[in-house]
Amino acid sequence: MSEIKEVFLNTDRLVTDEYLVNMGPQHPSTHGVLRMLVRLEGEKVLNVQPHIGYIHSGIEKMCESLSYPQIVHLTDRMDYLSAHMNNEAVCLCVENALKVEVPERVKYIRTIMDELTRLASHQLWWCVMGMDMGALTTFFYGLRDREMILDIFEETCGARLTVNYNTPGGLMFDIHPNFQKRVKDFIKYFRTKLPEYDQLLSGNVIFKERTVNVGHLSLADAISYGVTGPSGRASGFSCDVRKHQPYSAYPLVKFNEVLDTRCDTFARYEVRIREMHESLSIIEQLIDNIPDGDYAVKMKGVLKLPEGEFYQRVESARGEFGVFIVSDGKKNPYRVKFRSPGFSNLFALNKMAKGFKIGDLVAIMSTLDLVIPDIDR
Amino acid sequence: MTLMTINDILKMTNEELKIYLTEKFPDAEIVEGAQYIELTVKPESLHEVCTLLKQTDETSFDYLICLTGIDYPEYMKVVYHLESTKHRHVMVLKVKTADRVDVKIDTVSDIWHTAKYHEREVYDLLGIEFNNHNDLRRLFLEDGWGFPLRKDYVDEVRIVER
Repeated sequence: MSEIKEVFLNTDRLVTDEYLVNMGPQHPSTHGVLRMLVRLEGEKVLNVQPHIGYIHSGIEKMCESLSYPQIVHLTDRMDYLSAHMNNEAVCLCVENALKVEVPERVKYIRTIMDELTRLASHQLWWCVMGMDMGALTTFFYGLRDREMILDIFEETCGARLTVNYNTPGGLMFDIHPNFQKRVKDFIKYFRTKLPEYDQLLSGNVIFKERTVNVGHLSLADAISYGVTGPSGRASGFSCDVRKHQPYSAYPLVKFNEVLDTRCDTFARYEVRIREMHESLSIIEQLIDNIPDGDYAVKMKGVLKLPEGEFYQRVESARGEFGVFIVSDGKKNPYRVKFRSPGFSNLFALNKMAKGFKIGDLVAIMSTLDLVIPDIDR
Repeated sequence: MTLMTINDILKMTNEELKIYLTEKFPDAEIVEGAQYIELTVKPESLHEVCTLLKQTDETSFDYLICLTGIDYPEYMKVVYHLESTKHRHVMVLKVKTADRVDVKIDTVSDIWHTAKYHEREVYDLLGIEFNNHNDLRRLFLEDGWGFPLRKDYVDEVRIVER
């Protein structure tokens, strides 16, 4: 009896081993099928190794046998929460290569839809961020507001998530007559609801304890790992494509690039909250000024890009999304590469989580806002 | 406006970048593409050129946007899209291999961390090997699978062609 007591009391004789924990591929906090090998010492994370490819669908290979208008429909299957931006990237790339100028009306509508998509994506991120950390209420608040945007999408595009509203040369169809009114109603409504988000989560003591000074990513690392989007901007990395290489109607609107230099989980959280305010202001500047005109220019039945290489960058909800098309003059591309923001962001996870507790890992992953099909493609 | 002074002066336009690169790398092939300046180097000098592009103050290309591998009938090509977060100019660096068999080029993962994973992807899908890469494993597919983005890949399970 005394011997057992001695063993338990003498901490010097306790064996502390490193061990490996397999997280995923079906772990709820990974929001998809991501598997991570986490090396732990007690609760402390020593190393995180992501394993991806569980839903690799070979989209780049598929694109090589499809025509350009068909490719557009594949892109929203990658980052389904940034569906509109992904569609737009391919359309802009094709339009630039063919030197087609789209009508002003198209540019305005595309930009409004971009920002609505960004809002919907950030709302869902906020829902699951709270849920990952054990606050289920946020999920209901966020989804309640997101529903309004999805209803607007449904009315105008005919789809709620993978909207497929863009086509090379413009839009599939004109906006619904109710569009402007409903968007304005939504802005008015959401401006009163956004402070609720702060009241619920941003100032919460438990939430702050788990996020402030956790998951540090320095500016140099953010650039070197190519961490873009809100996650990169929270490390002070000025990477907003809307500012640096503006497209569509972004040169016409005034907005701030949200930057933060605190580099931690809470900074990444707050950047997204502040971006929602910016998105609302961008939509407000455009919604009443949509010019009249066509919603698309007449394009040829078969689109053939001139020989060459074309690259288009857009700012999706997760960061910089790029489309690289290599054309040999035929109706199918020779090679298509999608630069997905999630892919680069994911691999900075090890850098962020090292030295923190395994519970923090879930919070850090949440602020990276990963969408797995975007990573696997 | 006060914040954007010195870096704006150092930002090079495509023409200036072309002149600068021509002086700096006389052996390389430089063309002005549809959007960006494209610099093509030989595999032997890739690592040296990348180091210079990142470390020289005038260029300081510290952000690797995108790394792409392309398979051509006679050779293979790896394309690097680079941006300077200091000066905000963008360029494209290309490296062309001599043939398609046993393709090996130097890694740039010691210069840009993100390259480590992009190179793994290129290795996985195109079979291009990167020298001195410290973790060159397949990324999406299992060992023994072919290299699907090569043009001579046989699509046995008929995923793409029907």
